[in-house]
Amino acid sequence: MYTLSKNLRLTAFIFMAVGFVLFAVDYVNLPKTTEDVIAMEAAHGDGHGGGHASEAVTHDSGHAEANAHHGEESSHSEGGHEMTQEEHNKHVLAQYQNKPWSAIYIAAFFFFMIALACLAFYAIQYVAQAGWSPLLLKVMEGITGYLPVGSVIMLVLLILGVFQFNHMFHWADPSLVEEGNAHYDKIIAGKSGWLNPYRFIIFSVLYLLGWNIYRYFALKFSKNQEEASDNKWHKKSFKAAAGFLVFFIYTESMMSWDWIMSLDPHWFSTLFGWYVFAGMMVCAITTIALVTIYLKSKGYLEKVNDSHIHDLAKFMFAFSIFWTYLWFSQFMLIWYSNIPEEVTYFITRIDDYKLPFFAMLGMNFIFPLLLLMNSDFKRVNWFVVMAGIVILLGHYVDIFNMVMPATVGKSWSFGFVEIGSLLFFLGLFIFVVFRSLTKRPLEPKRNPLIEESKHFHY
Amino acid sequence: MSTGSHVIHALYTDDDVLMNAVKEAKKKHLHINEVYTPFPVHGLDKAMGLAPTRLAITAFMYGCVGLTVAITMMNFIMIEDWPQNIGGKPSFSYIENMPAFVPIMFELTVFFAAHLMVITFYMRSRLWPFKKAENPDVRTTDDHFLMEIDASGHNAQELADFLVGTGATEINLVANEE
Repeated sequence: MYTLSKNLRLTAFIFMAVGFVLFAVDYVNLPKTTEDVIAMEAAHGDGHGGGHASEAVTHDSGHAEANAHHGEESSHSEGGHEMTQEEHNKHVLAQYQNKPWSAIYIAAFFFFMIALACLAFYAIQYVAQAGWSPLLLKVMEGITGYLPVGSVIMLVLLILGVFQFNHMFHWADPSLVEEGNAHYDKIIAGKSGWLNPYRFIIFSVLYLLGWNIYRYFALKFSKNQEEASDNKWHKKSFKAAAGFLVFFIYTESMMSWDWIMSLDPHWFSTLFGWYVFAGMMVCAITTIALVTIYLKSKGYLEKVNDSHIHDLAKFMFAFSIFWTYLWFSQFMLIWYSNIPEEVTYFITRIDDYKLPFFAMLGMNFIFPLLLLMNSDFKRVNWFVVMAGIVILLGHYVDIFNMVMPATVGKSWSFGFVEIGSLLFFLGLFIFVVFRSLTKRPLEPKRNPLIEESKHFHY
Repeated sequence: MSTGSHVIHALYTDDDVLMNAVKEAKKKHLHINEVYTPFPVHGLDKAMGLAPTRLAITAFMYGCVGLTVAITMMNFIMIEDWPQNIGGKPSFSYIENMPAFVPIMFELTVFFAAHLMVITFYMRSRLWPFKKAENPDVRTTDDHFLMEIDASGHNAQELADFLVGTGATEINLVANEE
């Protein structure tokens, strides 16, 4: 049995405390009124504030930018999208008010998706009847320990979002779908059959319930198998995993449309679900590798050998390439066809988020490609750890690029709010995952494939 | 029989048994000339103590060549020789139109790496069309595994007994032709 060491618990709490403090410090300094916005822009010098003072401002960022195309084809009140200085200030203030919420949302979703994809990877091991991995199944069960915690946090954030406690989900604003209202948005009104707060919350609850129910039974079956005298429970695990994977691949896609793609309510991409899926799989496998290497360094998981690490690193490498393939497939088609309502997504990101946009490609594609290409490097633990940390950070930036341009637009920065949220959820994740690992023996005894896994040698 | 150079051919019918036999033979410091198998056996090269293959390095280099060829070719065809309007963006710059060329860059990288690697493998293994087969026993192309051991300086009978002990189903003493 694994016991949570005092040091690790303390580290987790320090991450959470530091994250909280950083978040609070930055939060206090964010502008709260339009006066703050004016003062802030003035402090930035003539670059931004002064130039616009008297004339109407042409605005293009965040939701406003998506509205721009729309404005031309309907009698939108902001047709042509010229903003007065007052409107501009209000708009910027709304972006700053979204900033801390978005920071929390990104970090919360990032760690949630690691636990979720880890559950999917766990189910794949059962369905594929993989012989190499049973030694790692308990590690995966431990990482999915964050799933219930993350689900509750995500649900709270989603409810706050769509019921207008914050304005991350632009489409959830009821005035947009009210015919005759000055803010009426024809496109969003046309999508209101899917994009409405009640459907959104009911479906989110269903996804979360489905995933958590599978986790509950998967853990129960695997525990029963440990105490059984035949393989009855293992067969049940197999069936449950197969059923879950079908449910998962549908709900994961819908979840990605709801929770992320709908932040840009005018935009759509048909392979968005796969793209998010690939990103979360890389992160989950990387986390499994990092936790395994950590536990091994502490003297646990004696039977896990270099070949297991090698296989995990191969998955990290392969899914990084797969993620790039999907990212590029989405990018190239939209870039090539150059249709305004589609291409605006990438124009915002390349114009306003140049550094995170291109840095992410380097971190998620070129770095793992070059570092993990060599077969021998995949067996060197510190290489895997180094690649893993860069991959995880890269995919955090990927989520950042999915969310921030939609909610915060040009008013983004990578400040203490973002770092604080990331540290807080990292601390929470470490604490919950490692506490979950203490609840079960780290090595399955009665898994029918365990002998193959112990002797796994490449 | 004890003079001159001889080799022993030990035949096995299972790859796991063969792997163990190779390890046993290595432990006794016997010189394994070659092992003939009907399919690639995982880990056999390590068990035989062969130097790691450098084919992967050549593959990487061929891939780089393919990438370079693709870039040069597309730059000449689409940008220099007959400038094309790509996706309604007539910029006539390679870097700005690069996303359109990525599939070609990828395909040629794979094409060069794969084909040149196969050709390198054939040349390195001295395989070419109409070449006379080198394997000493045709059954190694079907379901038998053959380990060839240098018998010179050993008592052939002792060696044969040892090999039977490792699970060999058939032992042949062959005089070297050279």
